[in-house]
Formats: sequence, C-alpha cells, structure tokens
Amino acid sequence: MAQAIEAEGGAASKAHAAFPGVDNATLGFWIFLSAESILFASLIGTYILLHTQTNGGPAPRTIFDLRLTFVGTIALLLSSLTMVLAYYQVVRGRLSAMRGWLVVTIALGLVFLLETAYEFAGFWAKGLTLQVSPFGSAFYTLVGFHAMHVTFGVFWISSLLAYSFKPQFPEESVTKVGVMGLYWHFVDVVWVVIFSVVYLLGKAV
Amino acid sequence: MAAISRALNAPTVVEPTEAGRGLWSWISVVDHKRIAHLYFMASGLFFLMAGIEALLMRVQLFAPNGHFVSAELFNQLFTMHGTTMIFLAVMPLFIGFFNAVVPLMIGARDVAYPRLNALSFWLFLAGALFLNSSWFLGGAPDAGWFNYAPINTSTYNPGPGIDFYAIGLQIAGIGTLMTGVNFLVTILNLRAPGMSLMRMPLFVWTVLVTSVLIILAFPPLTVNLFLLMFDRILGTQFFATAAGGQPLLWSNLFWVFGHPEVYILILPTFGIVSEVVATFSRKPLFGYSTMVLATVAIGFLSFMVWVHHMFTLGFGPWVNSIFALTSMIIAVPTGVKIFNWLATMWGGHVRFAMPMWWVVAFILTFTVGGMSGVMLAMAPADLQFNNSYFVVAHFHYVMIGGSLFGIIAGLYYWFPKICGRLMSERLGKWSFWFTVVGFNVTFFPMHFLGLIGMPRRIYTYAPGLGFTTWNEVSTVGAFILGVGVLLLAINVVVSAVAGRVASADPWDARTLEWAIPSPVPPYNFADIPLVRGRDALWVEKTHGDGRMLPAPAAHDGHAPPGTVHMPRPTALPALLAASVLALGYAMLYRSVWAAVAAGAVAVYAIHRSMFTPDPGEFMRVLSEPGELAAQGGAH
Repeated sequence: MAQAIEAEGGAASKAHAAFPGVDNATLGFWIFLSAESILFASLIGTYILLHTQTNGGPAPRTIFDLRLTFVGTIALLLSSLTMVLAYYQVVRGRLSAMRGWLVVTIALGLVFLLETAYEFAGFWAKGLTLQVSPFGSAFYTLVGFHAMHVTFGVFWISSLLAYSFKPQFPEESVTKVGVMGLYWHFVDVVWVVIFSVVYLLGKAV
Repeated sequence: MAAISRALNAPTVVEPTEAGRGLWSWISVVDHKRIAHLYFMASGLFFLMAGIEALLMRVQLFAPNGHFVSAELFNQLFTMHGTTMIFLAVMPLFIGFFNAVVPLMIGARDVAYPRLNALSFWLFLAGALFLNSSWFLGGAPDAGWFNYAPINTSTYNPGPGIDFYAIGLQIAGIGTLMTGVNFLVTILNLRAPGMSLMRMPLFVWTVLVTSVLIILAFPPLTVNLFLLMFDRILGTQFFATAAGGQPLLWSNLFWVFGHPEVYILILPTFGIVSEVVATFSRKPLFGYSTMVLATVAIGFLSFMVWVHHMFTLGFGPWVNSIFALTSMIIAVPTGVKIFNWLATMWGGHVRFAMPMWWVVAFILTFTVGGMSGVMLAMAPADLQFNNSYFVVAHFHYVMIGGSLFGIIAGLYYWFPKICGRLMSERLGKWSFWFTVVGFNVTFFPMHFLGLIGMPRRIYTYAPGLGFTTWNEVSTVGAFILGVGVLLLAINVVVSAVAGRVASADPWDARTLEWAIPSPVPPYNFADIPLVRGRDALWVEKTHGDGRMLPAPAAHDGHAPPGTVHMPRPTALPALLAASVLALGYAMLYRSVWAAVAAGAVAVYAIHRSMFTPDPGEFMRVLSEPGELAAQGGAH
C-alpha cells in the first residue's frame, strides 16, 4: 500500500533539494523497504524458531524438492536481470524496448508464482497443511508472504505497462520504473535469503 | 467523486480563501495543517473515552469487594484503556503535532507525500473506529494491551474481542508506518535552503528519530498481528502449545515493537519541551548538539532493551543481566536531557506562561518516573515489582507526567499558531493545578500499593489486606485529575471560538513557524525562507530586521507570478481507508465475498492513486512577497 508513495511527484516540494541527488519517491521507497526488511526478518525468525516443530507431520528434510524450487528461483533471479534491462532502456528513452523487457519480467514472475503454487499443492497433498504443525504454519506464512509480494509486483509491472502508453509517461518514466525496479529487486533479494534459510538449510540439517 | 475526476485536468489557479469550506473539503483534505486538526479532534475524543474507562476502573477499585462492574467488563476496560491511550490517543496526538508544525519549522509548503498523509489519518481513524465498535459488537478485547499468548488464542478467548484488537491495530498501524516514512522523507528532503540538519529545531530532530523508530518497530507488530489472525481464523499453530507452538514468540515480537513504541511516545515530548524551554528562557537551547546525540542514542538503545518487560519469563541470568544493563544505560542520555533543560533555564529570563508551567511539571514528574524505571530495570528487584501496581505507577508517571504533560505544553504553545487564538491562562492555571495534584494523588499511592503486594489487573480485592486506604486515595485523585482534564478540554473549545486573537509571534519565539501568520495560510510560506542559522527567526531578530529573507531562486519556475504550486485535494485516501475498514469487518465475520468486494475497491483506489497524475494547482498568494511577518500584524 505504501507504494502510493511512488505516485506523488510532490507538487509542494519542487522548490527543495536539501538531500542532494535523491528525489522524494526514491528516498521514501528505500525507507519503506527498510520496514519491509524488518517484516521479513520477523517472519524468517519465526520460521527458524518453529521449523523443527513438525507435530508428527512432514519435516523440511523429507518434503522439500530442491530441483523444483530451483526452477522458480532461477526464473525469479533472471527477472531481476530483465528488470535492469528495462530500466537501462527507459533511461535512454527507448520505451518500446522497455516494454519488451517488462513483458519478459512479468512472464518470469508468473513462472515463479506457478512453480510456487505447484509446490504448495504438492506439499499439501503430502500432508503438510497450514494447520498440521508449527512448521507448516511458519513455512506457508513466510513463503506465502513472499509470493504475495511477487504477485503485487506482477500487478504493478502490468499496470505500469498499460500506463506507459499515456502521453504524460515519458516525463516521469525514469522515476516510476526505477522505484518499481527497487521493489522487484528487493523481493528477489528476500527470496535469496528464504531459499538459503528455508530450502538449503532445510535439506542440509 | 468530482474531485477524483478533476485530477486529470491541467493545473488551475485557486484562491487560498476557497480552500477548506464544507464537508467535502475535509474528506478530500491533503493540507497537513487541516490533517493536524483532524488528528487532534479524533485523538482528543479517544483520549476522553480512555479517561472515562480509567474512571470506571477507579470507581470499581474504590472499596474492597466492589461490584460496580463485573470481572469481565473490568478486563475489557483495562485492555481498552491501555490500547486506546497508546495507539488512539497519545501517539496520534503527537502525530497531530508532527503535522501541525514540522513542515512549518523546516520552511516547507507541505509534507513530502500529502495524499499518503491523508491516507495515514483515515487509516488511523478506520482502525480506531473498528476497535471501538467492539463495545457494541460482542465485547471489547480483554487480554490486556500486550495481549499475551496463549490467552489471546481462540481456545481461551473464543469471542470476537481479540479479532477486533488484531485487525483494528493492523489497520491503524499501517497508517502510522506511512506517517513515519512520510515525515522522515519530509525532514530529509524538504528543508528550506540553509537549514542543515544541525540547524533544525530540536522538535524536528525528535520527529526524525521517532519516524525511524516507527519504521523499524511497527513491522514486528504487523507480523505478530498477522500470526495471531492466522491462528484465530485459519487454525495455524503459532502460539498454541499443544502442537509445539511458542507463546513466547508473541511476547518477544510484541516487545521488540513495544519498547521502541514507548520511546515513540516520549521522544516528541522531549522535542516539545526543548522548544518551549528555549523560547520561554529567551536563551538558545543549552547543549544543542548533546541533545541531538542523546535523542539518537535513546532511539538506538530503545531496540536493545525489550526483554526487560519479560524478566520473569525465565530467559536466565545472562540474558536478564545484559538487558538490565542496556535498560539502565538509557538513563544516561535521558539524564543529559534533563540537565540541559535545567541549564537552559539557568540564567535565562524565564517567563512563566502556561507552556512553561507544564514544562516544569513535566521535568519534576518525569524524573520520578525515570527513577522508578531504573528500579524496574534491576532484574532481581523486578522479580518483586513485576505485575504489581508499582509498574502501573511507573508507567503512568512517564506516560502522563512525561508524554501527556509535554503534549499539553505543546498545545498551549502552538495553539495560537494552529487556531489563531491564545488559550486562556486563567482557566489554564485551574486546569494545571487540578491535573498535577490529581495526577500525583492518583498515582503516587500506587507505588505503595505495588510494594505491599497488590497485583495489577485484578478487578477487586479483599478487605484487610492493607490495600483499601490507598485505593480510596487513588480514586479520589483520579476524579481530581478528571476535573483538570475536563477544564483543559473546556479551555480548548472556548479559546478556539472566543480566545484572544494571536499575533504571528505571540511568544517572541525563535523558530520558523512564528515567522508566518497565525493561523497559517494554506501554502504556509509565500516565499521559501532563507535560513541563516540555528533558531532561524531569532537570527533575523538579532542580526536582521526580524523578517525572514526569501531564499534565492526558491520559486517554482512554472507557477504563474503571484501563485505557488500546491497539491490538489483528493478523496482517494478516504476511499481507500473506507475499503480497508470494510475489509476488516469482512475478516471479522469470516465473509470471503465481502472481503473480495472490499479488496476490489481497495485495489481500484491504490491503482488510481499510483497511476493518476496529480498536476496540483496554483494557489494565489495573499500578499506581496517579503511581508510574511506583517500579514498577521506581528511586532
């Protein structure tokens, strides 16, 4: 919801530039991401505390399938690259190339989401439900929160894609794509931590 | 909806006198000063409600074996009293001051994100109404303001009260988080030319640190409330021990939020006191740099002390010792502040107007609260104090004698700037004595009650335990305190309507907000001022002609002459908050379809906010540039 920050050019602020080089939207979004970091830190801490409590249900070691998760992970990491390429193009004013890379980014994000949905369905079928154990609750909550962030990101990119055909877009395009890119990369970085802590350590320990 | 569709058009020129007429202008408000009015009115009402809840509890405890209220209702009363005071009264009253004066103090025309600012207020109001609607919809929350697990789970608390707590605080909390982001960016990015960080008024510094605390402290609460809702709605296993869940997870996540929250509730008061004490001593604030450092140090340390709320939960002597030490260390920067305020008064031409009365009362009572805080920080002693009335005495000394006295000082101080009229000093003195005497008569005996063993949160007690006399004294004190607060409320209402008209600078003050007319025009500064030193206005009074110089090239390049570029009003934030409120009720009644419908409206409002350009509007300036001080008839 705080992404609404991004939309406000700040009519009242045009005359000021006390914090050199960073516009309001970008600075505010970085600050918002620090709050998001604490949010995920709390969820990851919860998972670390509870992941051994399997209550007789499936355990991390037996249920995770790294090959499947690897597919989603690669798709999401590649989508960060394509987001950078979209930004690279918009900075140079090439809007159609930007649109192309954004479409690829959306596609990769959808691959990740489909993989997650498939994984969840499989786990559920094997008896790992939200209710069966604290491990199940913490796993679905953490990975689900992240997947919700990816879903929001896909909607955001799609909306921006539609908006990019508006006449006023070129003037504000660099900030709009830049802030959206920040969000997308943040969601990716969080996934790197989740993949390491939840999946890799879950298999190793 | 007219204001929404208007947003697609090009900027129009509007008159400042047109702004702020009619109900719609409040629903579509984006002006930080009018949002401050909304915060003051809403949180003022919640403050009175929580005060009435406190009085009902005091009546119940007046005599042993009381039966004025039932045990169940008593649980709801102390829960709602604490939750309301913290989340719906004191914090939003501070945010009212953030809105009322921070942009003025840094020489800005609004906050960084005016629409987000409106959204923050509407979400606060939505969360507050949601939480309080519980009184009529099946019972209020009754597990205390920190709502420990597992008593908050549906096994032990099947009624809807805890759902109201979890969803209501979630909604209000998101609004508060946005306030933190907004004011941090505002302070970093919108300062007028020349106002470096170390030239900012101390209140602005405390708002900056408070914003950082909000941004870093609220997410653990957000997560905690989500986990609780999932446990209650979806049947997850976070806090129930039967399947291996961890009740202490709630306690830790709560206090990781809760302790910084305590400093969110006191740092702005430190800022207000610093402004008042310098203005009324006619001296620069003593030790400005150490004050800034102390503020930052308190903010930093506030994240390292949360276990001191849980010394009795059995984390062991090592953990308890570390957290006892970090808790005691906080007394050092706080002590630095106390001595700096005293040193500011020392040798100054101290004038005792109402704001200064409250500052002196604050310094005395807050020091008492600080001392009992150090006593509680000693882990072995805390095993005795914990869960007794001693704790209740301590935190009321810091929350009323600290936070609230500061808020009242700020109210008297900035009231002329906010409303254009001065508050009555005569009524103010009556209110002062009733409040200060009543406060001490109510809460000082609670130290004794705690030490002789009266536990907090009991709805009654047996005769012959030695509790009776002090409880009677305390209840009498509470009503004296109530009279004081009532007189204050009367003073606010009467003075807002019929108070003495204030000049631009009635206190002969030091900072930028006093350089512009009272009440402030919608665009704040006709010209963005040039700041030539700390205490910007005082520098001009002593080294210039008493008026702020306009900053060179500070004018909008594309605004027509005689106008300034301002954000355009919009009702989208109110619409979004209303849809979030509806979403809250949909979750409360477990209605998927209502949730989908409310969610769809929310998505529409977010999408509309993000992808509708705001061309703003050009507002005509009332007088010639450079005549800022003259407009209000100052000097």
